[in-house]
Order: sequence, then structure tokens, then C-alpha cells
Amino acid sequence: MNDDLLLSVRGAGKQFMRGSRPHWACRDVSFDIYPGEVLAVVGESGSGKSTLLRLLAARLACDEGSVHYNVRDEARAALGQVVDLADLSEARLRWLARTDWGFVEQHARDGLRMNVSGGANIGERMMALGDRHYGKLRSQALSWMERVELDVGRIDDLPDTYSGGMQQRLQIARNLVTHPRLVFMDEPTTGLDVSVQARLLDLVRELVDQLNLAAVIVTHDLAVARLLAHRMLVMKDGLVVEQGLTDRVLDDPQHPYTQLLVSSVLTP
Amino acid sequence: MMDENYNFGFLDERTKKMIRRALLKAVAIPGYQVSFGSREMPFAYGWGTGGVQITASIIGQEDVLKVIDQGADDTTNAVNIRRFFARTTGVATTEKTTQASIIQTRHRIPEAALTEAQTLVYQVPMPEPLFRLEPRRSETITMHALAEYGLMNVKLYEDIAQLGTISKTYDYPVLVNERYLTSPSPIPKFDNPKMHMNPALQLFGAGREKRIYAIPPYTAVRSLDFEDHPFEVQRWDHACALCGSGDSFLDEMIVDDAGSRLFVCSDSDYCGERREAGHVGTQQAVQMSNALTVQGNAT
Repeated sequence: MNDDLLLSVRGAGKQFMRGSRPHWACRDVSFDIYPGEVLAVVGESGSGKSTLLRLLAARLACDEGSVHYNVRDEARAALGQVVDLADLSEARLRWLARTDWGFVEQHARDGLRMNVSGGANIGERMMALGDRHYGKLRSQALSWMERVELDVGRIDDLPDTYSGGMQQRLQIARNLVTHPRLVFMDEPTTGLDVSVQARLLDLVRELVDQLNLAAVIVTHDLAVARLLAHRMLVMKDGLVVEQGLTDRVLDDPQHPYTQLLVSSVLTP
Repeated sequence: MMDENYNFGFLDERTKKMIRRALLKAVAIPGYQVSFGSREMPFAYGWGTGGVQITASIIGQEDVLKVIDQGADDTTNAVNIRRFFARTTGVATTEKTTQASIIQTRHRIPEAALTEAQTLVYQVPMPEPLFRLEPRRSETITMHALAEYGLMNVKLYEDIAQLGTISKTYDYPVLVNERYLTSPSPIPKFDNPKMHMNPALQLFGAGREKRIYAIPPYTAVRSLDFEDHPFEVQRWDHACALCGSGDSFLDEMIVDDAGSRLFVCSDSDYCGERREAGHVGTQQAVQMSNALTVQGNAT
């Protein structure tokens, strides 16, 4: 089982200076992710969810503990060994972020290149990997737009002219084009209206299933966790207060904070 | 005659030494942008301060200087820089490409083939080819370091998607020695193939941006493109009206209100040499169909 472990986090923590005192934004987080598994991280604002996500995606360095990732070794055409992200060079990390990982930002504007068309946004990763055939790039972009249910007629339009839901879909397509194994999502559905949220969640669930994607989804919406995630992690004040199978945590919350969280969801 | 009130080449010796050191590094790493302590020059940024500082640092008493501006020897920028060096160094100046040992150029490469004995100095307004795509300087430095140049192709892709063809006609990005993405200063893309394996040393100076870079003699320079949209240079349906040359870079001048155009060589020395050798063009402006007049007649 240990062979196909994808991501392994051991005691990871990050501290920031608050005023003149160091303050742990998140601390002592440990979990494993296997291929095809979806993990939801829930918690209130400021509980360290996004910081944790940035640690996992190597956008921030851990101040303590470590994040290990199973790096695909193309040279030996075999599954590589699990390595500490802190040991990888910047070039290697950027390569990972471009090929093996995806990062879906909360605000699509942060994850998209707003001054080039939708098609160019989808093609960017392929061009970064050395694809230099316009026709191929274009047909790839079209097929991905179809997959994320975008109107293919909008391929040459700027993302600015897209609606919020479409921008989010475009961002997902742009990330999935290199067939990553692990996708990080930072509150992908906040800021969208309810019906668009539902369709987007449906799409994400379908893609995760088809592509055998592993995903870490940060959200404060328990419904998102219920719908997408196999397992979940509840955070409060930078610490993980409870983790387990989604249905177990939501139906039988153990920690007082989780109980509060579950009971404060409105049901119409 | 040299004005004795100035140091040779206007700059002081330490500054010239600093610039030469930057030049050595630039030549050692073809296409890499070396930062240097650009000095205030007695004319405004945008008038070739980078190129002038390089020329001032490499010029010697035996050199023969030619200065061109958009190919022409007789425009304001070229005349003034030539006069500047005549006064501060006293070296011989020329308008003949073949006789010059240093050619300072603003946005053209001479039509006549260059030799190993010559140095071409470019005036560069913006040395960073990625600057319209990636505004963060720290990020572009990383991209150069890791040779991550996919973004430039995103720009070219966008051109083809929106306009059907790569619309960039000047400052067309090149890959020097298959490593560094480089801005060829805004020369027309017509001149890009001349940079490839050129026997002359090519030095680039950006005064305002404080960068120097170089393409050593016989270095591979490749213009970026797509496999199914290869790089192409401009072609004209007309020959030069003065010398009849069909393979030089032509300037298009509108000569009357009816839209007649006169096509002449941009390289004034090349055109003059050809006329001296007896080549003659049509001496005629070309009548081009004017979309607006056609519409006017229809109504």
C-alpha cells in the first residue's frame, strides 16, 4: 500500500510574525493522500486552511515538519520514490507545479492570464512543456473546453468576457490539460451563485472520477465536502481538531468545534 | 578634431572599464542581460544612451565609426551621435558600411554583409523580451535562469488566434545560442535572419534599463515560431524606386493625397552604392488602390 502513496504530510507547520511575536498559522498537521482520493479541509476563516494548502503546493516552505511527494520519474519510467519537497530544486518544483499538480485559485483572475484568450490559457502549460504546433494546441484547447462544458465558440475571447462560473471552468481546464495527479483547490465555488456552484461541483466530481485525480479542497462549505470528499480534516486556530471519513465526521462529529460547525449549517 | 576638454570618448576611464567588464560577461554568456551602472549622458534617454556608452567604451583611435538611424546615415539621431564622437574622440567617421569598424545602429542591420573585423552596436529601448507578458522583474529573472520560455509562445499563439498570423513585425523575439530568449532591439523581423551566424560582434546597450547583452560572432540565433506557422520575413511587391533593389528592406512613403506611395531602400548607404554602380529604379511612385476612394466612387 505504501508504494502508491501520493502525498504524505508529517507535522507540517508554518509561522508568521504577528506584530513582533511569531505566531503559528498552522501546526502539527499530518495526513496521507493516495491516488484518486479527495480530501476536504474545512474550518472557519483564519484557521490556517489556505496556509496549509500553500505548504502542500510548495508555495511556502514548512517551518517545521515536512511534506513528501511521490515524484514521477520519467527517466526511469517507473514510479519514483517519495521525496521531501524541501529537498527539490526550484526548477523541479516549478516543473511539478506545471505538470503533475494543478492549483485552482479561489478567484479565477489569480489563476488565469487575463490578457490572453481562453484558448491560450489552456495551451499555456503545453507550450511551457515545449509544444510548438499551433494546430495541435488549438484542438487540445477545444477538446478541453468541451470537457468542462464551455462554449467552444468562445475560444478566442478574453477571460474577462466570461462569467464567473465560466472563468472557474476555464481555470480547471487550464490546470488539467497536462493530466496532473494532484489538484489543489482553494474554495473553488465561493463567489458563485448556487446553481452554478452545483454544476461546477458536478463537473469536478466527474473529472476527479474520470481522471483518477487526487485532490485537496479547501472550503468552508460543508456541503462541498459532503459531495466531493472521501475524507475530511477540520481545522481550528491552526490545528487539526478532527479528521476522518467525510460521512463519519459530518454524521457523528466528536470535537465540540466540529459539532458546532455541523449544527450551524442551515437546512431550508 | 578632438575637443581636448573631454576625456577620450566622453566617459571617464573607470566607467569605460566597468562597461568593458560587463561586455566581457555579456559575450561570455550570449543573450544574457548583464546589468551595468549606466551613466547620465549629455542627451535624453531614448536617444541611444546605451549604445553610445558601449561605443564610447570600445572605440579606439584607429576605429572608423558609422552611425545609422533606421538605416539612414543622415537623420537627426545618426548625425548627432556621429558628431558627438567626432568631437569627443576625433576618430574618422564614414557613411560606408564596408569601411566602418564600429557601426552604431538604431533599429536596422545594414544590408551589406558584415565582416569579422566589424562590431555592431545596437541602441535598445527595452532589453527584456518578456516584459509585456510578465511584469515582475524577479519572475522574469527566474524564467531566464530556468529557460522557461513557454510564455513567449503564448503571445505568438494569441497573435495567430486573433489575427490569423504572428503580427509582430519588429522586435521579434529570438533564442540566442538555443539558450537565452533575447529582444533583438526593435529591428524589423526582416533583419532577424542576418543575426544568425553573423561574423561581426553584436553588442546591445539599454541605457535607461541599465542592461548590456551580446551576440558573439558565429552564434546561432533562432526566431521563435510554431511548427505549422513558421517564421517569415516581410516581402514587398515593389522594388526600390531609386536603385531598383528587390531584396532590401523598403520604406514606404505616401507622397500625395491620392495615396501614391514611393518605395525606397531604408539603408541609405546601400541604395547610394547601388546607384553609383549604375542600378536605376523606376523613379516612380506607385499608385495603390485606396479603400476609401473606392468606397467614395461607389456611392
